[in-house]
Amino acid sequence: MTDWMMIKPVVLWSDSLIFLLALLLILFFVHMARNPVARMRWRTVFASPTGMGAFLVILFYILVALLDSIHFRQPLEQSDASSDVHYSQQVDSVLDLIIGDLRGKDEKTYSAPFAIYSFAKETRTLDDGSIVRDFPRLEHAGVHLSDPAEHWHDIRNRTLEALLIGLAISAALVLLHWQWRNRCDAVACGPRKEYLPWKTIYGTLAFLVFATVWVLKLGGLYHILGTNMVGQDTLYQAIKGIRTGVLIGTLATILTMPLAIVLGICAGYFRGRVDDLVQYVYTTLSSIPGILLIAASILLIDVYIETHPEQFALTVERADFRFLALCFILGMTSWTGLCRLLRAETLKVSQLDYVQAARAFGVPHWRILASHILPNITHLILISLVLDFSGFVLAEAILSYIGVGVDPTMASWGNMINDARAELSRDPVIWWSVSAAFLLMFGLVLAANLFSDRVRDAFDPRAANKA
Amino acid sequence: MISYIIRRLLYAVPILIGVNLLTFALFFMVNTPDQMARVQLGDKHMDAKAIEAWKAERGYDKPLFMNEREDSEGLLTDTIFFDKSVRLFALDFGKSDEGRAIIEDIQQRMWPSLAVALPSFILGILVNISLALFVVMFRGSLFDTGAMVACVAMMSISGVFYVFAGQFFFAKMWHLVPVSGYVPGADAWRFLILPVVIGVISGIGSGVRLYRTLFLEEASKDYVRTARAKGVSELGVLFRHVLPNGMIPILTSVVVVIPSLFMGSLLVESFFGIPGLGSYTLDAIQAQDFAIVRCMVFLGSVLYILGLLLTDISYTLVDPRVRLS
Amino acid sequence: MPLLSVTNLAIELPAPRRAIVANGDTQARRLVKGISFEIEAGQILALVGESGSGKSLTSLALLRLLPDALRIVDGEVRLDGDDLFRHTEARMNSIRGSQAAMIFQEPQTALNPVKNLMEQVGEVLRLHRGLRGAELRAQVLRLLEEVGIPEPEQRLSWYPHQLSGGQKQRVMIAMALACEPRLLIADEPTTALDVTIQKQILDLLKVLCRKRGLAVLLITHDMGVVAEMADQVAVMRHGEILEYRPCKAFFQSPQHHYSRQLIQSLPRRQYREPLADSEPILKLNNVRVWFAQRKGLLQRIHGYTRAVDGIDLEIRRGETVALVGESGSGKSTAGRAILALEPLASGTIHFDGQRIDNLSATAYRPWRKRIQVIFQDPFSSMNPRMTIREVLEEGMRALGVGGNSKQREERLRALLERVGLQADHLDRYPHEFSGGQRQRIAIARAIAVEPELIICDEPTSALDVSIRGQVLELLQELQREMGLSYLFITHDLSIIPLLAHRVAVMKNGVIVEQGPTADVMNNPQQDYTRELLAAAPMLEQVIEEDLDPA
Repeated sequence: MTDWMMIKPVVLWSDSLIFLLALLLILFFVHMARNPVARMRWRTVFASPTGMGAFLVILFYILVALLDSIHFRQPLEQSDASSDVHYSQQVDSVLDLIIGDLRGKDEKTYSAPFAIYSFAKETRTLDDGSIVRDFPRLEHAGVHLSDPAEHWHDIRNRTLEALLIGLAISAALVLLHWQWRNRCDAVACGPRKEYLPWKTIYGTLAFLVFATVWVLKLGGLYHILGTNMVGQDTLYQAIKGIRTGVLIGTLATILTMPLAIVLGICAGYFRGRVDDLVQYVYTTLSSIPGILLIAASILLIDVYIETHPEQFALTVERADFRFLALCFILGMTSWTGLCRLLRAETLKVSQLDYVQAARAFGVPHWRILASHILPNITHLILISLVLDFSGFVLAEAILSYIGVGVDPTMASWGNMINDARAELSRDPVIWWSVSAAFLLMFGLVLAANLFSDRVRDAFDPRAANKA
Repeated sequence: MISYIIRRLLYAVPILIGVNLLTFALFFMVNTPDQMARVQLGDKHMDAKAIEAWKAERGYDKPLFMNEREDSEGLLTDTIFFDKSVRLFALDFGKSDEGRAIIEDIQQRMWPSLAVALPSFILGILVNISLALFVVMFRGSLFDTGAMVACVAMMSISGVFYVFAGQFFFAKMWHLVPVSGYVPGADAWRFLILPVVIGVISGIGSGVRLYRTLFLEEASKDYVRTARAKGVSELGVLFRHVLPNGMIPILTSVVVVIPSLFMGSLLVESFFGIPGLGSYTLDAIQAQDFAIVRCMVFLGSVLYILGLLLTDISYTLVDPRVRLS
Repeated sequence: MPLLSVTNLAIELPAPRRAIVANGDTQARRLVKGISFEIEAGQILALVGESGSGKSLTSLALLRLLPDALRIVDGEVRLDGDDLFRHTEARMNSIRGSQAAMIFQEPQTALNPVKNLMEQVGEVLRLHRGLRGAELRAQVLRLLEEVGIPEPEQRLSWYPHQLSGGQKQRVMIAMALACEPRLLIADEPTTALDVTIQKQILDLLKVLCRKRGLAVLLITHDMGVVAEMADQVAVMRHGEILEYRPCKAFFQSPQHHYSRQLIQSLPRRQYREPLADSEPILKLNNVRVWFAQRKGLLQRIHGYTRAVDGIDLEIRRGETVALVGESGSGKSTAGRAILALEPLASGTIHFDGQRIDNLSATAYRPWRKRIQVIFQDPFSSMNPRMTIREVLEEGMRALGVGGNSKQREERLRALLERVGLQADHLDRYPHEFSGGQRQRIAIARAIAVEPELIICDEPTSALDVSIRGQVLELLQELQREMGLSYLFITHDLSIIPLLAHRVAVMKNGVIVEQGPTADVMNNPQQDYTRELLAAAPMLEQVIEEDLDPA
């Protein structure tokens, strides 16, 4: 249906950043894996079922976020023979193609999960001319049903079907993997990864596969999590929110991390005046209440956007600018913590004998910093990266609620929760929209928290000997 | 001691100047008052005259740093920088963009904020410490593991969820307390119960987990082994040795927020309709009232620095090893 | 009947639940493999062994104080005929501290930092004797007095951090003896203390043991301590007791070759002769290193900590000079000042006739090739994230020695083999080596740039005695081959006779005595030197004393 040659790619700043980030992370892991000490520690992370399971779930979220970060505009259907191609104002992503069934099937207003009737009564004229006031059938949910009574029966059947397909796919994957492992044995290709908790890996993968299949199979026929006020599919909204959540969790730290690293290390290594200055900077910044700094900065960003409309041609671009600004400011409020940590650790490390030995050899400062100090504090950077992640995801919800979060046009869990204030005071309560946001957010944050726990246990010697 | 406190207070001055300059740069230099006026007035009323009037009304029509029209006296004082920033040091907050005196609003609104924040703070610490001690008693057992899983799960739930759930069950379903609102005076407690309880519950996950780690760290130290070798029982070790030592990092880490309790919580106050400083700030943010936001940023920094000072002093009170120098 | 009898005690580290491949440990590990010994009342049994021998675990296991991760899997401990492993935890608590007490190695951490002496010492008496109020206070005072705390009345309300290390250990002893136990377990009670304090604490223990008829289990690695204290000796290695005999017999005719090795670690009266006159390579003239103390409102410099306060020292080519002193004497700071890692407050340093003090980093660089350093802690002296190749190469690259990459590779291999390791160890990481091997690597790193002078900052004090000898041996071989000079900074007098041509004794930032090794050790002029020497018995002394029927 889409002519692939005709689409026009849209590269948002956050898109390029997130792919750059993914690339950097992969390089970082490859680098870490070369060192046997770091490799051992990663091994303990992935050997624990919780750590591995959480990692796979996070990976799944990240995959969705990456798919949702390849944007393009589809051409409009041409009315005449002119050679100009006009593009839709709507920006799509690869994810939209995959879960396209969930989108564009808007109802008139609210509908409950799996409902086939609307949530609001409507006055209709029947064929025989009589006027009734009842719940009308939804336009896009359950239209394939010949008899509304089959409704739940149909859902059950299709769920079973999805379960079977999911199991079949998982079984095929597991078999393939076994095959590969056995062949590996025969030709002895490297150490076998016996320490990995394969049962957990298989289980998590099977669950994720099943969930995907189920959403794809039923999502087109029903509104699995209902619809919102303007009739959009709630599940679609929540899934689109994944990108915002994942991006805010990573970008906020990454954008200001270089600042924290450079200042923290310099303060700890050079001490004296440099240290005084860096301490002054971070004490000043951290003395401003974070939420107020964010609010103030976002207000100013809003003013900037409103007074410079010419720079933002598309709504998405505007939203993206505000989003990046938010990430940056969130990062600004939190980098001081990491900076303080790195400073303290650098102070400690630079007193160690191997740094003294390097100084006794006349190794220049920059090389001591690069080869002795930095490698020995990376675990702190890593721990704070994963620890902050969940904090930022949760913060987004609160900031959006206050009105200084992401742009209201951007799909995000915070915006969904913000809408819920009105929905929850209705009677009967409209619980599904906010629940969907909470559920997906909970999944991501829980996985991140569990994973960061494991990472900290493995990399922080202090935490490790307490276990 | 006195000389230490004085030095710390002096040390706070450059920090406050830094905060002040930063906010000034944010509010007046990144965006000019003209732009603010345009946003505030909206499209309908926008013309040069309206903007000038808006600025003059709020004192934004002066030059930023130097007023060359004035003689030597007003050269530096009759400027935005002096009016809006330097005066803050004397806690002269001026007027909001709406025209109300900010200091009066603050005096009036800090009490409801305190009424919510103080009980949540104290109860929260008590509950977290008790639960953490309880978990530490069973360290290494399945109960410990289970409790930690529960803590991580509780940490992973958005704070907003606790508010929604609390309001839904306690107020709507069971009609135990009002959903939101506030009355001054003795009757306020009915409105305070829910926000305080929610505040405490939402902090349990991270609090208990952190305090448990601190207690476990203490429990692994040598003096605990000494106590055991003296024949002190398990409970005695926990309460007489681990607790007093573990309390040091706990107390000193929470002291920093005590002054900031005045500022209240944006989230809780707006959800429960409590007319404190938190909701005051939130309203200002939503109404884009820059004057109030600016003052609150400054006030927040002052209170935070006060908190840092209190932290240092509290160390000397609870930890015999630390002496001020 | 012996007061304490231990039969067939075995301690195990249970198998980990999930084995991680690289560790390969899937089985439970026996850390103590069925040992037996007895102690009579009024006797001291020294349980001797190096790190990892299981001696400390044994001591903890007696009172069932092992960490949760370890398990007692077999054996029996009888205190006065009473089987301790059969008691409930509550019953055990009434025994600990009242019938059997323990003192630990590290007095800094073994006392509760937020409780004052009254509370800490009083706690034992309250628990087991039920004393309260004035009675309790009087008893605590009496105890503190007995262990030699000066002005105990005043110090009742003091906290541990206000006491010196030796005083803390005395408080520990007071706590242990408060309820007049019959068994005292002392786990390396003097290891963390300076030598002169060590002596005092040991004397105190000995007196108390005799006076009260205590049975003492003394855990130690120091043969000097054994010789001084023990009635019986049990040598432990890898969780087994190799030799278990009366002390005299043990020192006169050790049966096991490992025991002989341990006894050999005691110094002998065989000193190195001072070198015939050769040119001085390093000359320190009135060197001062001061650290500023800041105080008051504006943090102005208020005074100075005089870490090194005017020392004169000379090292000749091919000579080893030992710089001896206790912690805080400024000996390491002096070493760091020579390496230009600390700025001098005044004084001059000449190397090979040229001034090298207060040079800029670049101006000092050529000298770095000629002056190198070996540090104390083999675990922190190498970056854990670098391979051995990178560790060795770093200095060569920075100082531009070793030629092109092929020549350098050959040199690296030769270096490793020279210090007794294998050339194919080059691509391993530091954590794969033992402490002794790491110290060899550190030596290889220092000699890689072919220096003339090496500052050895306590290079053997973190090593077990059996390994210490090998490392010192290596240093001497290198000295002969390369004509190296050493400044050997140490607190351990026992290694000096073997090693040093001359000795300088340092205290509070000044050198109180220096001269040829034999002179200083046989005929010390200063009280302080005598005190130091008294704390480190010589092998001859030990054997003579024991031969002596008195």
